[in-house]
Amino acid sequence: MALLQISEPGMSRAPHQHRLAVGIDLGTTNSLVATVRSGIAVVLNDAEGHALLPSVVRYFPDGSTAVGHPAQAELVCDPRNTIVSVKRFMGRGLKDVVHAENCPYDFLDSPGMVQLRTCAGVKSPVEISAEILRTLRARAETSLGGQLVGAVITVPAYFDDAQRQATKDAARLAGLNVLRLLNEPTAAAIAYGLDNASEGVYAVFDLGGGTFDISILRLSKGVFEVLATNGDATLGGDDFDHRVFCWIVEQARPAPLSDEDTRLLLTEAREAKEHLSSHSEARITARLGTGELIDNTLPLKTFAEVTRTLVQKTIAPVKKALRDAGLTVEDVNGVVMVGGATRMPQIQQAVAEYFNQAPLNNLDPDKVVALGAAIQADVLAGNRAAGDDWLLLDVIPLSLGLETMGGLVERVIPRNSTIPVARAQEFTTFKDGQTAMAIHVVQGERELVSDCRSLARFELRGIPPMVAGAARIRVTFQVDADGLLSVSAREASTGVEAAISVKPSYGLSDAQIAQMLQDSVAHSGDDAQARALNEQRVEARRMQEAVTAALAADADLLTPGELADIRAALAALVEVASGGDRGAITGALERVNKITEPFAARRMDRSIHQAFTGKKLEDMNI
Amino acid sequence: MINFQHNHFELFGLPQRFAVDLARMDEAYRQIQSQVHPDRFVSAGDAERRASMQSATQVNEAYRTLKHPLARARYLLALKRVDVAGESNTAMPAEFLLQQMHWREAVEEAANQPEALAELERRLAREMNDHYAELERSLDRDGDYALAAGTVRKLMFLERLREEIGDALERADA
Repeated sequence: MALLQISEPGMSRAPHQHRLAVGIDLGTTNSLVATVRSGIAVVLNDAEGHALLPSVVRYFPDGSTAVGHPAQAELVCDPRNTIVSVKRFMGRGLKDVVHAENCPYDFLDSPGMVQLRTCAGVKSPVEISAEILRTLRARAETSLGGQLVGAVITVPAYFDDAQRQATKDAARLAGLNVLRLLNEPTAAAIAYGLDNASEGVYAVFDLGGGTFDISILRLSKGVFEVLATNGDATLGGDDFDHRVFCWIVEQARPAPLSDEDTRLLLTEAREAKEHLSSHSEARITARLGTGELIDNTLPLKTFAEVTRTLVQKTIAPVKKALRDAGLTVEDVNGVVMVGGATRMPQIQQAVAEYFNQAPLNNLDPDKVVALGAAIQADVLAGNRAAGDDWLLLDVIPLSLGLETMGGLVERVIPRNSTIPVARAQEFTTFKDGQTAMAIHVVQGERELVSDCRSLARFELRGIPPMVAGAARIRVTFQVDADGLLSVSAREASTGVEAAISVKPSYGLSDAQIAQMLQDSVAHSGDDAQARALNEQRVEARRMQEAVTAALAADADLLTPGELADIRAALAALVEVASGGDRGAITGALERVNKITEPFAARRMDRSIHQAFTGKKLEDMNI
Repeated sequence: MINFQHNHFELFGLPQRFAVDLARMDEAYRQIQSQVHPDRFVSAGDAERRASMQSATQVNEAYRTLKHPLARARYLLALKRVDVAGESNTAMPAEFLLQQMHWREAVEEAANQPEALAELERRLAREMNDHYAELERSLDRDGDYALAAGTVRKLMFLERLREEIGDALERADA
């Protein structure tokens, strides 16, 4: 475990070298932004001193928005145009949205991802999330007094590819450079592990507003290794609110509820739930639009009874994760509780009973994810000295597979594989002279394609005509460190690069993002042109620093000619970076990238050899 | 990108044997990943980021292969140019196939009984361990790769059985 270190006076980095980076917990109910200041992770408050930003966005007819507390305050007045828990809709089609009938929204079932019709037009969950992220970015930039180099954004560990991609798209839309998508329980483990200098096996039990994750991690010196993760992307505190809501309706049997009254009673239900975290009963009173008065008392015992099946639903994923990790309950050294919903006494009790030990609650379950994300952002931005950082090894939560004959799934990358991971699969043609082939990528653990999440449909074209079965089409699936999938293909017997036309079942095209950016700029007062130019300049500076550092360390790997070429490309980049021509900067960046490719490969190879220096020679070659 | 002139064993500085010092492998794996992992190259240029992802991917693949004893044995045999999967399943000894049928019946009977399934799982683990001990002898001591290939084929059957018991256990839990 890397302990937090305080550098000696005079040894610390000059302040101007500190890169402004933040961690963002984009939550179902609340969102937060945190950063590392003087070596300590802190949550950044808004001007009124609030740490939590309610994940609520209200749209007005003129296209402007209110985000957070002001939106939440008006929730009951304007339920249709005030979006709560938008995270539940990210990367989801209408049929995937649980309790859609209870949401007072005007849903539009568009291909891939559901959209919402508001008074300001049709909005995708990505745009709505981007409003939340933009508010947090502004909060951070005001608070830190400068432009951010990037952000680590957390996602539920059990989020699939579509949900992750949607989150990353939202960040792009909000003008954030995503350093990494980080799994929420892993972020919590970082905050917790560093704080307690813990070693051993830990379970992170993360029950948020709309999602449940369980991760099993091994913490050892300098390494956070996720062994297995599981969960339920449609289970969270919201479901407990809903059970209480149903209980209220059952008790009072009011006339059919208006949207406003539904929202009112859901709010009452949530407040009752929160009250019951520290009290034995909660009084629920509300005056409906019809004038009808609701007045009920919900005892803790009844609350536990009506939510029993929800609590039970958390245990099956815990068992699966332990099995996948090859461990038993006895191997777990501690259980970390994350997410506001873990404050419920029945959750605390169920976890204590299952793991046979009292769960750990010593960090604020609402803040621990954002703090961990901030600490990781600080490392990724390069603000820590070598040796004072750590390695994070995370996994892919759900298996990736392909549709085969008869609608069955062939697993290509199994769940809980450490990322980044790649696997290649070979296909052949079915008919003589066949030149195209359709491939359907799915994610999930079920055997039938129809029970899994459809990620993308690819069409391989330009296969050289051959007799059936002679073509060898090698399709490579690559999952990067953000847990995002990309696919490439080539025909192996002739070396022809097969053309891939990607038809994602979800996600946004670059053109859609550009359009949304334009739409949002119209209302945010942001100067998009100036911002884009500035971003390219930052990128140019980053590149120049990176390559200069690489040259300082490893220039001996290059021939004099190569070195001269790289220096020339760098000089050209520096030259245009001070000017105002964004296209020229982009072009110069591309040239530097291209020309440093072989250098990068050689440096990587050297790194590996250096990992072994200090080892005995006889250990190396046997 | 890593120049994979070296095989997975060489990558981790391990002797090319079935018996592997797992603690040493873990240490080597972490050391290499801390050099090449994409988290180390977030601010680097595109070329380096790509090289880092490819390297980290290959290191993960090497680690996964050597960590699991069955994958390790298959990999070792592949290095010796012994084809394990080439021969058809019908080449399995009749006695072994009969045993497989008994196992499968036992798993079906135990469906929905977590305790019985867990007991089967333990019994299977013992049997697999015997085969692994045999593999170590034939691979590391005797250099009898044909015999080892036969054992690997048996273990492939048993591994599938182990997965089926795991699935049955998950269903019994649900």
